[in-house]
Amino acid sequence: MVRFLLLRLFTALPTLIVVSLMVFVLMRNIPGDPAAMMLGDLAEPGQVAAMRSAMGLDRPLPVQYLIWAGNVLQGDLGRSIATGQAVLPLILDRFQVSATIVLVAVALATLIAVPAGMLAAWRQDRATDIGIVSAATLSMSIPSFWLGLMFILFFGLWLGWLPVVGYTSFARDFWAAATYSLMPVATMVLIEFGAIARMARASTIEVARLDYITHARAKGLSERQVIWRHAFRNAFAPTWTLIGLILASLLANIAVIETVFTIPGLGRLLIDSIYARDYPVVQGCLLLVAFLYVAINLLVDLVYPLLDPRVTA
Amino acid sequence: MIAQTFRSLRALRINALLGLGIVLLVLMVAALAPWISPMDPLQINLRARLAPPQEGFPLGADEFGRDVLSRLIAGARTSVTIALITVCVAVVLGSFIGVIAGYRRGWTDRLLMIVNDSMLAFPGLLLALGIMAVFGASRNGIIVALGLAYSPVVVRVVRGSVMSIREREYIEASRVIGNSEWVTMLRHVLPNCLAPVLMVATMMFGWVILAESALSFLGLGVPPPAPSWGNMLNTARPHIAQAPQLILFPGLCITLTLLGVNMLGDAVRDWMDPKMEGMA
Amino acid sequence: MSAISSPQTGPKPSQPTLAINNLSVRIGDSDRCVVRDLSLSLPPGGTLALVGESGSGKTMAARAVLGLLPSPLRVAQGSQILFEGTDLCQQPESALRRVRGARIGMVFQEPMVSLNPSMSIGEQMAEGMRLHTRLSRAEIRDRSLAMLERIRIPNPGACLSAYPHEFSGGMRQRIMLASVMLLRPALLIADEPTTALDTLVSREVLDLMIELTHENNTAVLLISHDLGMVARYMRDVVVMKDGAAVEQGTASSVLREPAHAYTRRLVDALPRRSATTARRTTGAPLVSVHDLAITYPGRQRLFSRSAPTEAMRGVSLTIREGETLALVGGSGSGKTTLGRALVGLVQPSAGQMRFRGQPLDWRMPAPGLRQQIQMVFQDPYSSLDPRQRIGAIVAEPLRLEPDLSPAARRERTEEMLQAVGLDGSFMDRLPHQLSGGQRQRVAIARALVRKPAFVVADEPVSALDMTVQAQILRLIRELQDRMGFACLFVSHDLGAVEQVADRVAVMQAGRIVEEGTRDAIFDAPENPYTIALLEAAMLIDRRFGQPEAAQ
Repeated sequence: MVRFLLLRLFTALPTLIVVSLMVFVLMRNIPGDPAAMMLGDLAEPGQVAAMRSAMGLDRPLPVQYLIWAGNVLQGDLGRSIATGQAVLPLILDRFQVSATIVLVAVALATLIAVPAGMLAAWRQDRATDIGIVSAATLSMSIPSFWLGLMFILFFGLWLGWLPVVGYTSFARDFWAAATYSLMPVATMVLIEFGAIARMARASTIEVARLDYITHARAKGLSERQVIWRHAFRNAFAPTWTLIGLILASLLANIAVIETVFTIPGLGRLLIDSIYARDYPVVQGCLLLVAFLYVAINLLVDLVYPLLDPRVTA
Repeated sequence: MIAQTFRSLRALRINALLGLGIVLLVLMVAALAPWISPMDPLQINLRARLAPPQEGFPLGADEFGRDVLSRLIAGARTSVTIALITVCVAVVLGSFIGVIAGYRRGWTDRLLMIVNDSMLAFPGLLLALGIMAVFGASRNGIIVALGLAYSPVVVRVVRGSVMSIREREYIEASRVIGNSEWVTMLRHVLPNCLAPVLMVATMMFGWVILAESALSFLGLGVPPPAPSWGNMLNTARPHIAQAPQLILFPGLCITLTLLGVNMLGDAVRDWMDPKMEGMA
Repeated sequence: MSAISSPQTGPKPSQPTLAINNLSVRIGDSDRCVVRDLSLSLPPGGTLALVGESGSGKTMAARAVLGLLPSPLRVAQGSQILFEGTDLCQQPESALRRVRGARIGMVFQEPMVSLNPSMSIGEQMAEGMRLHTRLSRAEIRDRSLAMLERIRIPNPGACLSAYPHEFSGGMRQRIMLASVMLLRPALLIADEPTTALDTLVSREVLDLMIELTHENNTAVLLISHDLGMVARYMRDVVVMKDGAAVEQGTASSVLREPAHAYTRRLVDALPRRSATTARRTTGAPLVSVHDLAITYPGRQRLFSRSAPTEAMRGVSLTIREGETLALVGGSGSGKTTLGRALVGLVQPSAGQMRFRGQPLDWRMPAPGLRQQIQMVFQDPYSSLDPRQRIGAIVAEPLRLEPDLSPAARRERTEEMLQAVGLDGSFMDRLPHQLSGGQRQRVAIARALVRKPAFVVADEPVSALDMTVQAQILRLIRELQDRMGFACLFVSHDLGAVEQVADRVAVMQAGRIVEEGTRDAIFDAPENPYTIALLEAAMLIDRRFGQPEAAQ
């Protein structure tokens, strides 16, 4: 078991390295001179040259990469061109906001979608199944930004029940934060419900066909006991993988939600930085998200053996 | 032959036909856009700013007085074109790499997979965002960005498929008959991979339309004034109180298109299943 | 309705444990039935087999007893399933649940998937007892341990916390039997319990089943397609075809003197020595193997390799022109590996192979070698490319034949298809449209189309129904007479080997333990492993050749 853990950690490392390479290369391809951008339009050539030297831009590329990587590992992701703030604390701060919403949304979506999917599978081809599958398909087809806008229109502007802009952290004021977060979370839950429910349904159908389910019934177990004790653990495994993927990709898609609901999260920061050409921040965001993605997948893989003991063999 | 096709068509459920219908409709609108558009989608008409649906403007006008219906039609063309080209790029690139990785295995496979997984580490949208950040918003930029972002998915699917096919007896039989590795790969492995690739391609068409709309919504996609369903939602946002219908229509189009694609994708999968041997 | 008898009271002595009257199983609301009007009676402690080929309805009849039919199948009106006097068809689901496991136990075919891979053995064994008895956890554990010892599982304590995938197929089946018999049911339904296991292991499992059911006076309803096994272990038999019972009675009378035409066909289809013509024992050596060793490299982990496994060592064999050498052994004996080495799918790590006196090395094959040596694979469902038409499949080897025009190719393909008994209409069909037997004929045609001198047949009939097996074996023999190729027939089924082989070689754990002419091996085996294999094979010739009682 420990060996499996170490092995998985080990294989994640090259991925991280390649990811960092990719971000580095991407950023170095930005048109324009980073040094000149930092100093602004009125800089003199001498100052620019000095800046370039100070930033290490005159060294060969691989060396630049190593310096940069070294800095990253120490937690120094540079400074924002726009505000001069250190990048890492800035993005971590924003990340907290996004993470809260994402985690709550995924947890809710899982709690609703997995039982729904399993129920649909157990009543395959009957009305319940068709209803749930249709709802899931619809959920997968609605763009998140449109749903968000419609919510704003309906609940914000027409009914006036919920605030349309603004955000506050849960730590500061729980109920206010809740009202601000309700629509964004609801939007995400509705969007993610579809994929999770369908995956849960598909894997439950696969499992239900297998003999050990019939064997369980032959022992005299009730349907509920069969589902919970036998089907669930085995059907959940592929769904778990999917949840990991969704969690990770939500970090990206949240940019859209945050834009719609004007939430000061990581996604908004990324978009705003892109517009402002604030490349150190863009770079930092990309790195953080990619790193989290790898970490989440690792976590998913580590839980997997609990669901399916065959994996460590 | 025809009777058989008809019988299998009827065996498919209604939503499969519905899906096919919607997709065909969208494709046709996209193809015939310049001819069926009632007005020039770029024509500004300031007197009709934010007009509700009325005579001359079947679905109303946007903040510059441009006809919404015409812009929706043109938007269809834009989105569909981008999606089709992107899917082709992703499929060709992905299949090529996937077959090599799946068949060769060993270090070739491992290296390719590390690079592939790193690209997968940037969920589609993010990678595209990153690339667009560097190169700026443009149509070709979107195609390159999304094509690169989604080809790792194809690589995974093709590689998985190749790896399972490799173990089947008919591949061994091909070698025993005397065929070389390359002949076996081309004649036996590749055609049997097509089924899952087709399924992924169908789903990807939907993903790309969604991703392109999202990018355009964020202002990093199709640059205005060229209409795309996504950027129409973006420009309509400030006017949400006065002209809510401007939010309704483009979103509806995206939703309906995706609905059609998803239903079609399901139907394709159900149809291929009985004939597919061991495609997990 | 009266309550189902509890474990304490038991049935009345004269009443049959299971009496099925006019059971019909329908598909949904249609008139199509998978089981039609089946009636049988099983006394307490008795043994009865439902025999038939695939599609006969035997499995569905068994599932109907427990009410475990997969939808859309339903038991039709007018059917009666009397278990200890109570009609199970009329019982509500809750009553059925009390019967399942406690009074009627069921053992399934595929040990791979009938145990839940994510639950430990101990949990699964305990589940039934927790449900139907009031024993404490400690008592349940004690009983489970005792039972595991009873079935001779090494280290029972560790077994309880282990998972199914850590055990072989045979052990899993024994464990499943054990956990079902722990509850001492009155009736055991065994659905093809040994089909997925090889001969020796099957024997162990069946012996165990009979032991345990004897001890507890449990009646046994066995579903099987293996007449040999039925003849040896079961007292009564019901032969089914297309959902209906065509003949029933005691096993010995039905199988010795079948009354119905179908039963007669089944019994005739059993391979037997008497069916074949004169043996071939002369001829120049064609293929020979000297001191061959094959080692599989260990699985490649990230930076290390797991230990390599030795598939065979020091193997020497000769196959002569035109003869059939049968290679027999259990799983893991190396017989398949030897066959694969001869056609180049596996490289030997030591030793030599020769063809017509010249060294045979597949890494640098002599020109024309591929035409001379071919293979027929085991699984007709995966040895044909599902996207290729039959004509193309059979013609494919001809594409490597130089100087052959497309017209000539087509002619030879048609000729070959005729020779294996498939007419011209098959040329344009796809594999999924053919039955298993037909597909295997295509595989044979593909192997023989270039008229090779030597063919390796890797368990060519194992995956087929009984009557179809007989046809294919006869076909192989006919083609061999006509075309004169030599054949290495790899199999674990001694019945098939008995009919087809000229000489036999027996392999165990990677070495050849005995070799000789067919009659010598079958009539006077010397090596203990060979003797054990023959005993376990339940061959019908031996069964009715000797005056042994059925039970």
